[in-house]
Amino acid sequence: MSIAAEDIILSTSGLTKEFGGFTAVNGVDLNVRRGSIHALIGPNGAGKTTCFNLLTKFLPPTKGLIVYNGRDITREKPAEIARLGLVRSFQISAVFPQLSVLKNVRIALQRKRGDSFDFWRSEEVLSGLDGEAMRLVEAVGLGSFAKLPAVELSYGRKRALEIATTLALDPEMMLLDEPMAGMGREDVERIEALIRKVSENRTILMVEHNLSVVASLSDRITVLARGQILAEGDYATVSKDPRVIEAYIGSGGGHAH
Amino acid sequence: MTELASTEAPAASVVAETDDSTARLHRTLFIAIAALLVVAPFVAYPVFVMKVLCFALFALAFNLLLGYGGLLSFGHAAYFGMASYVSAYTAKHWGLTPELAILAGTAIAGLLGALFGSLAIRRQGIYFAMITLALAQMVFFFSLQTPRFTGGEDGIQAVPRGKLFGLVSLADDRALYWLVAAIFMGGLLLIYRIIHSPFGEVCKAIRDNEPRAISLGYRANQYKLAVFVLSATLAGLAGATKAIVFQLASLTDVHWSMSGEVVLMTLVGGLGTVFGPIAGALVIVAMQNYLATLGAWVTVVQGVIFVLCVLLFREGIVGVIAKAIKKPL
Repeated sequence: MSIAAEDIILSTSGLTKEFGGFTAVNGVDLNVRRGSIHALIGPNGAGKTTCFNLLTKFLPPTKGLIVYNGRDITREKPAEIARLGLVRSFQISAVFPQLSVLKNVRIALQRKRGDSFDFWRSEEVLSGLDGEAMRLVEAVGLGSFAKLPAVELSYGRKRALEIATTLALDPEMMLLDEPMAGMGREDVERIEALIRKVSENRTILMVEHNLSVVASLSDRITVLARGQILAEGDYATVSKDPRVIEAYIGSGGGHAH
Repeated sequence: MTELASTEAPAASVVAETDDSTARLHRTLFIAIAALLVVAPFVAYPVFVMKVLCFALFALAFNLLLGYGGLLSFGHAAYFGMASYVSAYTAKHWGLTPELAILAGTAIAGLLGALFGSLAIRRQGIYFAMITLALAQMVFFFSLQTPRFTGGEDGIQAVPRGKLFGLVSLADDRALYWLVAAIFMGGLLLIYRIIHSPFGEVCKAIRDNEPRAISLGYRANQYKLAVFVLSATLAGLAGATKAIVFQLASLTDVHWSMSGEVVLMTLVGGLGTVFGPIAGALVIVAMQNYLATLGAWVTVVQGVIFVLCVLLFREGIVGVIAKAIKKPL
């Protein structure tokens, strides 16, 4: 029992979110194992995004508990959980459009300095971070765009930049909100490889519609429907579960590509 | 491995190069501005130049908040005007030397900024703007209702310019001019440093994408409050100096139209550019001065210019130049 408890990095119990009478997430008990890639799937309106926003503290839960690394984070603010090593991505590509690609990454590296309220110091004190920022930018294949404002990048490259920025924090756990949303086939393959690469020594929890990506990447899958956990297990188990098949077909046929 | 190293080197040096050339351009511009400040009182009416400098500093302070913090305040007259009253009052009734009176006004503006800012940053966008406006209106009515402090409709008149550090008389326009020029230059350099500091980098990130900055672990509200206080303090510095220059603090300084004017100056000059607000202040103050014979029509001309600005070149005067030479200004 104690070994099992140590293995879990993020867990929820009885997690519930109500929006004025409508229960979007209803008593979810989720356990994410350390070092795994865990996917959260389900038909439209299943409560995935709400669940995701609860975990990242962008929404306060109505009931329930969220424990990260043995610490109750149910009432923490979003900036605080980032400081604990739990960093999220966004569905709409989240870059800083007017900053250069390099500075997008550097702003995350800057967090190592702690708070940056030193308005009297020249930004040259940050130039020591440029080398590391450049390495991260190159690691996601954006080396030749380093000085370009992020707004000028294509959609797929913005997502790559977002991953580089998240990686700069060297988070213990990454929460990815539909990393493949709106991507072309080539981009999907690139980001899939990137996620696989960055998942070493990390835990990843993602919400994703693209079932082939989910199938090839995830160690464990939780299926949500109507705000509740319907099934859990690896892809082979979950995809054969008659309740899962019914939920997908019953809701208009899933999103397998 | 060697391939990786060879691609890394040029890319990194290109970044350094463009940043360097921009920094060099900015340094040249600072020297040019300093040179203009030295020449200006000999070719133009010193009081006019001082007026431009006070409003330019005000606009620079406002631009720090909107252009780099992404926060639209519709109540910056509160800090400008309150500092103006405090500076005038302490110089006239307490007999403070001008530098201490200016310092007192600036400090009060900073405190007021901390108070109002901590209330306003709890809301975003248009609600933030409305709260700053409402709070500034409270300052206006406070000023109207406390004639013992503000002189009510008359304002505080005949403020003594006094002696700088108790030694140098500022009665002569030229003597005062050098103090105002030094304050302006100091304010400009400080704002430039803030924009290009580690703090400024975080502010720009929050301006660009607040939820993302939060998800990286930045406590966005603390940065927003800090930049708000800095902006209010510098707006106060401008207002306090203005009171000494014109020997007058009045309701005009705390009126909402003053808040509007600083928005206008910033937009005409170029929002989010370092030097734009100076150009904007120069254009607007010059118009008010040289078109004064038109009477009430000045406001109409101002309105037309504003509309043209927004329709034709939304980046403002300096913004358009920056785009043409492809370098941030």
